[in-house]
Amino acid sequence: MTDEYTDNKIETKAADSSSGSYVPPAETIPAQEAPDQELYHAKSFWTKWVFCQDAKVIGIQYALTATAIGFIGLILSWGMRLQLGFPETFSFLGPATYYQSVTMHGMIMVIYLLTALFLGGFGNYLIPLMVGARDMVFPYVNMVSYWMFLVAVLVLIASFFVPGGPTGAGWTLYPPQAILPGTPGSEMGIVLMLVSLSLFVIGFTMGGLNYVITILQSRTRGMTLMRMPLTIWGIFTATVLALLAFPALFVACIMMTLDNLLGTSFFMPEIFTMGEKLEYGGGSPILFQHLFWFFGHPEVYIVALPAFGIVSDLISVHARKNVFGYRMMVWAIVIIGALSFIVWAHHMYVSGMNPWFGFFFATTTLIIAVPTAIKVYNWVLTLWRGNIHLTIPMLFSLGFIVTFVNGGITGLFLGNVIIDVPLSDTYFVVAHFHMVMGIAPLMVVFGAIYHWYPLITGRHLNQTLGKIHFWITFVGAYAIYFPMHYLGFIGVPRRYFEMYDSPYMTSGVGLNQFITVAALIVGFTQILFLYNIFTSWYKGEKSERNPWKANSLEWHTPDYPPTHGNFGKELPVVYRWPYDFSVPGSDKEYIPQDVPPSQVPTAKAEQT
Amino acid sequence: MSKFDISKLPKGPKGFMHDWGSDQRAFKGVPWGKSMMWIFLLSDTFIFSCFLISLMTARASTVVPWPYASEVFGLTVFGTSVPLLLIAIMTFVLITSSGTMAIAVKYGYEKNRKLCGWFLVATALGGLTFVGMQAFEWSKLIFHDGVRPWGNPFGAEQFGAFFFMVTGFHGTHVSIGVIFLFIFARKVFRGDFETGRRGYFTSMKSDYEAIEILGLYWHFVDLVWVFIFAFFYLW
Repeated sequence: MTDEYTDNKIETKAADSSSGSYVPPAETIPAQEAPDQELYHAKSFWTKWVFCQDAKVIGIQYALTATAIGFIGLILSWGMRLQLGFPETFSFLGPATYYQSVTMHGMIMVIYLLTALFLGGFGNYLIPLMVGARDMVFPYVNMVSYWMFLVAVLVLIASFFVPGGPTGAGWTLYPPQAILPGTPGSEMGIVLMLVSLSLFVIGFTMGGLNYVITILQSRTRGMTLMRMPLTIWGIFTATVLALLAFPALFVACIMMTLDNLLGTSFFMPEIFTMGEKLEYGGGSPILFQHLFWFFGHPEVYIVALPAFGIVSDLISVHARKNVFGYRMMVWAIVIIGALSFIVWAHHMYVSGMNPWFGFFFATTTLIIAVPTAIKVYNWVLTLWRGNIHLTIPMLFSLGFIVTFVNGGITGLFLGNVIIDVPLSDTYFVVAHFHMVMGIAPLMVVFGAIYHWYPLITGRHLNQTLGKIHFWITFVGAYAIYFPMHYLGFIGVPRRYFEMYDSPYMTSGVGLNQFITVAALIVGFTQILFLYNIFTSWYKGEKSERNPWKANSLEWHTPDYPPTHGNFGKELPVVYRWPYDFSVPGSDKEYIPQDVPPSQVPTAKAEQT
Repeated sequence: MSKFDISKLPKGPKGFMHDWGSDQRAFKGVPWGKSMMWIFLLSDTFIFSCFLISLMTARASTVVPWPYASEVFGLTVFGTSVPLLLIAIMTFVLITSSGTMAIAVKYGYEKNRKLCGWFLVATALGGLTFVGMQAFEWSKLIFHDGVRPWGNPFGAEQFGAFFFMVTGFHGTHVSIGVIFLFIFARKVFRGDFETGRRGYFTSMKSDYEAIEILGLYWHFVDLVWVFIFAFFYLW
């Protein structure tokens, strides 16, 4: 024990009462529990860049694939908006194509873009770096995970080119609608969609096991769970959710594929079509809805929790202040994750279920608002009296908080049965979930890309383009989704190809045109962002080491940008949490995680 | 400080959190592969649970009578019909293979190469017998009794659908297990774990821990069968 540690009673007490984990006495370096990981060293171009086992490269592969398919999703939304805003002008888009666009847009954005980008992209890149590991624990399985994802994406794209086109049943894939003729894509499109989803689940499981075990079992010396950056907590909890929620989707996909190909009736009740009774009978589409939403609701948090975690880190670093209530933030993440498994039927209030059942699910749903509100308060309190740098990551983080609060409040409307029933299947729902799980997580994605781009490439993204990107995206997103709330209130139903002369549209026509124009502008701004990413890779302003002066380990690797194996000869030792900014008594403005107490003797830091 | 000192932990739930969140590893002394298999099995449990809960839902909500399992799965031996005869033998074989697997793991940890290998082969043969009998059961139901995924002569059509799906999914698990048992039996006989020979795909060294991980999977597959047996054949 060193002198300053024993002399300072307050500090010792703080260490005992506030830390969430076993704290080894200061200055002592715990022994490494497991031998150093043996890595696969690539010898050829193919094994180095294509079939690569380095989690950092896999992360970038995931991110690029997800972004590519995400842009297809974006283009599909343009088609939808053109049809809704100017129904007569763009008649090349028939009802069938419209429904296919709706379906594919939803599925692509939720699963193939956001899930893959947060967990596959940011997860792969950041987990080993932030917990101080050389790589994921099973690099080979991790590589296979990416290639499974790529195959899943290719199968999804293939469904655009088969007879009948992709499925048009809506992203919730209601079985009687998805399988039977009359719905576009009921021939081959739906089969390919189900196969693609199954492949995605298998691929994700391989990656997800890696993320979980790397975080639980492969941290560096001194890295207790309560010293991990909140980014890692968010990704960790989301991965656990995914490992437990995706099985329901997988099972639903298998059963529906059998219904489609073998003529079983898992989800198909007795149905008449064109005056003829079909072979199907005795199945329950409600069973499908339960399975789907048992996956579908945790899926919301699979997307949201990594965003929560990342944004906490961004706010802390760019406001030069520690995260307010770190342990509360961790517990809030874990509690939200746990609660997300008992709220799924709030998506099914109008499915004809017992009202008491709805009462139960309304209660659990509204309870989630408590930990979520704790998180929002803590973000705001982190900002409070912080030294806020209005960098682009900070702008996006602020945008996230505002957007998330907006989307969260409309969530309280929809969580209550009596308010949800009239609002069901209206544009209010569309506006709500685009705000809360579309725009809000995307704000974090953008902020995170501007934040970690220098780490990946050694160069900054263009700041002017970045500011333009932020302001148009942020203001534009509100221009798109605020009017949709109003459309929902006046009762405009979602998923309709055209409103024709319905009374809704007296005030809706102009709004729809406005939304379409705004959506196109925001969409094109994303191309500007893509341009920024690709040109800055070669031409961007060179970034010095650790440009944001962050504390977490990924910025303190011996090579910058980090190379294969991450940490050179010896893994770092961690002495503190990653939020020691502006520590009282210290002459340093920030103290990185691997700085031992003896180097900052005057710091009155909590030893978390 | 070299070892994690358990006496310094606070008492009660706080101590639990300190312990769980402690330095480097949450599960002390558990190798990566083993912890990964446990988490995978947890995920797989959710898959089988979804299948079985769906089965129960279908069974509880059907308006057509559910076929009587004892009759459907009966065999006529020497003129007397014995209910669930084949299933009883299948279950016995699979549970026995769990026993041989456990012995293989034991000999693996004792680095007894020969016995470990032979017990792995015995386990694999048990698995093969199980799959073979399942194939016989399927063909009897399909060709003799006329049970189809979309309908059957005994009652509710979901019966056949769930039967082929659930037992098929479980049989796939067993088959994958058998393949890996043979692969690892070969590795053991060849002495890969002693010589440090690297895996063909992963190019990583392995040791007898792999046998225990394989054992975890195999016991899980057997345990799942017990539930399928209970929900499908006995209920």
